[in-house]
Amino acid sequence: MKRTLLTGNGAAAWGARLAGVEYLPAFPITPQTEIIETIARWIDFGEMDCRMVTLDSEHSMITAAGAAAVTGVRVFTATSSQGLLYGMEMLYTVAGWRAPFVLVNVSRGLASPITLEPDHNDILAARDSGFLQLHCATCQEVLDCILLAYRLAEDERVRLPVIVNLDGFYLSFTREPVEIPDAESVARFLPPFDPENLGFRAGAPLSEAVAVIGGTPYSYFRYQSHLAALNAVDVFAENAAAFAQAFGRTYQAVEAYHCDDAELVFVMMGSFATKAKEAVDRLREAGEAVGLLRPVLLRPFPAADFRRALSGKKGVIVVDQNLSMGKGGVLHTELASALYGYPGTTPVLVSFIGGLGGRDISAEEFYEMHAVTRQAVSEKRAPAPRLLYTEVELREMKKIQAIARVQGLKEQQT
Amino acid sequence: MYRIRFHGRGGQGMKTASRILGTAFFHAGFEVQDAPRYGAERRGAPMFAYVRAARQTINERGIIRHPDLVIVADDTLMGTPTAAVQQGITGQTVMLIHSSEQAQVWRSRLNLAGPVFILPAFEAARDRLELRYIGTACAAAAARLIGVFSWSSLEKALREELAGLGESVVEKNLPHAQQAYDLMESHQGTVTPGAAVTAESFTQPKWIDLSFESARRAAPAIHAAGTSEQMKTGLWRTMRPIIDRAHCKHCWWVCSTFCPDGVIQVDAAGCPQIDYAHCKGCMVCVSQCPNHAIEVVSEQAAQLAEKAGESK
Repeated sequence: MKRTLLTGNGAAAWGARLAGVEYLPAFPITPQTEIIETIARWIDFGEMDCRMVTLDSEHSMITAAGAAAVTGVRVFTATSSQGLLYGMEMLYTVAGWRAPFVLVNVSRGLASPITLEPDHNDILAARDSGFLQLHCATCQEVLDCILLAYRLAEDERVRLPVIVNLDGFYLSFTREPVEIPDAESVARFLPPFDPENLGFRAGAPLSEAVAVIGGTPYSYFRYQSHLAALNAVDVFAENAAAFAQAFGRTYQAVEAYHCDDAELVFVMMGSFATKAKEAVDRLREAGEAVGLLRPVLLRPFPAADFRRALSGKKGVIVVDQNLSMGKGGVLHTELASALYGYPGTTPVLVSFIGGLGGRDISAEEFYEMHAVTRQAVSEKRAPAPRLLYTEVELREMKKIQAIARVQGLKEQQT
Repeated sequence: MYRIRFHGRGGQGMKTASRILGTAFFHAGFEVQDAPRYGAERRGAPMFAYVRAARQTINERGIIRHPDLVIVADDTLMGTPTAAVQQGITGQTVMLIHSSEQAQVWRSRLNLAGPVFILPAFEAARDRLELRYIGTACAAAAARLIGVFSWSSLEKALREELAGLGESVVEKNLPHAQQAYDLMESHQGTVTPGAAVTAESFTQPKWIDLSFESARRAAPAIHAAGTSEQMKTGLWRTMRPIIDRAHCKHCWWVCSTFCPDGVIQVDAAGCPQIDYAHCKGCMVCVSQCPNHAIEVVSEQAAQLAEKAGESK
């Protein structure tokens, strides 16, 4: 074991290296490319025994990853934002093959307008694909979640691909202390991929990716994937217990921070959730009973964990770093569906949209979201969803629009 | 928690400086976070890098709003608004500026309330992007101003972070780091860790409700040609190409055709004119001119000469 400073991308590369990945189909995209560059260097210097192939697109890359995984080799690949969406057809397809491998997505806001900094609309576009999803808040988690993801993907109760998500810039290019476990301990936690139950053998014909006509076989196959995904809640908990024993770090499907005696609870995912942790610490210093819940596992959605943790709470401050056009925050929607109709007092859910395209969320804004939610609790009524956007930002926006000669269009507006 | 921000130009080694400082903090037992911000990466453009260091786990993330220490490797950025060197500085913020001017000059020019220290320009380079040791010097001076770890921690960090460049590079950097470190000896410990924003009393964010606007306004479109003229990319230039009229053969097309940014126009008299507000200083024109009629001068020297000309 060695504790050192690594970027999120460096931690992802280490995760793949320690997992002993054998095949790496690759295509570059900012802010992910450093992962592939790091692994390529290791392969070049003979420090890692892995076959790396550069493909012509993410579409081909995900196809290659799925095809290799169903032959029984351990596969790793990585992409980001536009790349993930370019490969979207194959995300659904290879998940349907039940191909177990790990894909790292480095979150970055989607076009249009095109941008570089992170939000979660890219990864949430893959929400219904059949890939399971793990969301990281620190560089350490990136490494650890990749190891957890392989155990989850390859478990015969699951056998689905897994996306490990980390935020661009805030994790990808940010160095933090990371414990790199030694290879022997990892090999005990994650033995080489046993392809026994894949059924692929030389000389024994096997057709993947069959076509079906009619809803009967289609429904069967699709629902089987859903059942496998649901199994992953318990399998994740088992694996996390084994992980804690091997490496001393504990993971839960939903991380709870100061929640036991909390009246109000923040719900956030990804690296911005550590900012919420900081806010919880400061608010507690000011005498507020507040906590944080953070889903590490987003698919399958740990609904029962949320119900347990939020039972008896007065208010929930849901901060979505994503936006479903015409609906609002995805996490808010999912949480509401998990809580609605169950016995016990349902807390007031207050929805905030913040951090789109990497827009920072200040400490003061966390405190204010808390204050707004307290008010909502006392009025027993949730206010309209709020975009975190200030007067100063709008002024800045108007300046940009002036440069783009938008003001000349005013008269045509009405 | 210590919150430290390095400002420089892409290519001046500020990312490396932040990593040297981060690693030194880490070896001294601190929890650390360091990261660079380039925007769309480009050589010569303003960039920054930051370091957070604390004795406990760091949960803060992203840009530093109120730095305890700001290091400026290139004083030509001080007056460049896009570099945002002064963003969030308070009376407690220590400024360390690599400059040939005195601290008092910067203090009065920018009306700075906090301590200002100068890292004198001890390295001669025509091109500011060729300052080879400015990164290590800035990291070392910053380390001394912070003053919580020893020279040996810093040296170890420097050796680690520069290891990929080879042993001879490390050996050439060390004396410059040592010199900058020694220079700040009497100011050791001037930088103190800042406090977090308290939740007891805080300034309410002024949120607004974004209201609907027609897609004619609200779609991300630019409604006129040439608006990128307002982006003064000439600020990225550290060296300036100057056409020597005596040697220019008025061939009218070579330099203007090869210029990748289209900033060389040929006037009615057949003379090429460089638009310095947008020339990034790539020097493609210099290498293409068949008559060697384009000279290269340091941007700073050229600006000083211009100013002197104006005052005459």
